[in-house]
Amino acid sequence: MDAKLKETILNPIFKGNPITVLVLGICSSLAVTVTMKGALVMALSVIAVTGISSLILSLLRNTIPSRVRIIVQLVVVAMMVILVDQILKSFEATYAIDKQLSVYIGLIITNCIVMGRIEAFALGNKPWPSFLDGVANGAGYGMILIIVAFFRELLGSGTLFGVDILNWLGYVPNNLVILPPFALILLGCIVWVQRSIQKDLQEK
Amino acid sequence: MEYISLFVKSIFVDNMIFAYFLGMCSYLAVSKNVKTAAGLGVAVIFVLFVTLPINYLLNKYVLAPDALIKGVDLSFLSFIIFIAVIAAIVQIVEMVVEKFSPSLYSALGIFLPLIAVNCAILGGSLFMQQKDFANVGESAVYALGSGIGWFLAIVSLAAIREKMAYSKVPAPLKGLGITFITVGLMAIAMMTFMGISL
Repeated sequence: MDAKLKETILNPIFKGNPITVLVLGICSSLAVTVTMKGALVMALSVIAVTGISSLILSLLRNTIPSRVRIIVQLVVVAMMVILVDQILKSFEATYAIDKQLSVYIGLIITNCIVMGRIEAFALGNKPWPSFLDGVANGAGYGMILIIVAFFRELLGSGTLFGVDILNWLGYVPNNLVILPPFALILLGCIVWVQRSIQKDLQEK
Repeated sequence: MEYISLFVKSIFVDNMIFAYFLGMCSYLAVSKNVKTAAGLGVAVIFVLFVTLPINYLLNKYVLAPDALIKGVDLSFLSFIIFIAVIAAIVQIVEMVVEKFSPSLYSALGIFLPLIAVNCAILGGSLFMQQKDFANVGESAVYALGSGIGWFLAIVSLAAIREKMAYSKVPAPLKGLGITFITVGLMAIAMMTFMGISL
């Protein structure tokens, strides 16, 4: 694999992480981080949507007139999101996926990461790198979701993926961690840690 | 009475920002000073108030199962229809405002077109679909309430950030980090309204 492709994949995961550095797509993300399962489903959905819609739009990039490109992007992304939502709905009963997740899956359409990567990368690059870029950005986003969900489920319910981890030790679950405010505070702390390590990201 | 209860609830208890994190991107990006924050807040109230009742009617009479043709369930189309309605309304609103109130148009500036991709608007429609309101009035009240909730949230954060510019924040926390933590603390404060029933 050549260096440029490697950079395309690694950059969004650490140095240019969509959530902690670019501040994109926080909207639809934090509410699903109460449990690891919700975060994992959301992360995989976003990876699928960003990857495949970047691929499709990169294939179409020479045929779309630039004046109508936004609406074409919106249609492709919305189509992908509908597909993901339908697939999840069919598994809803089997794997007991939370019904409210459907609202947040729908919000992937307006997730700035998807449109942002299409605008910034897929419309000017070949399909394969665009696909990788989409997947890597989805993964960078998913990683943060899973970190937040890890702490929230572990401290808030004492479990991970529903499996008891702390409760049998006599841990009393902290209900504040399950409530929405804690997701924001935790995200603030993640940003804090990341910027202490990568000093060039600090704001003046 | 139900309307008042729904209104208060959607402002304080089900606040778009503090309870559901909707519209977070523009919330963080545009909250650096109170004046622009208020502009965006007003635009969000306006667009929510216009799009939600329209999407409600579409949902009830076109998309819901058995609504248009017996035995046909079009609800899988709701995402694409909602986003199309929102994009179209934003476009129309932009043209109308530009024609009739140039001063408001220049005040709202870039925010109006950006609102089409604000999660709070699409999120409002999707929550409205999930909440199963009884009539258009309820959806309009819900839209107004959540819009005002969003407005209050962004204006108060902007006010805090203006003051925070003068305080000594540790370098790695500066900017984004401290803003997240501030919003978290504000959300905890807003939780005192939980459990209110009118």
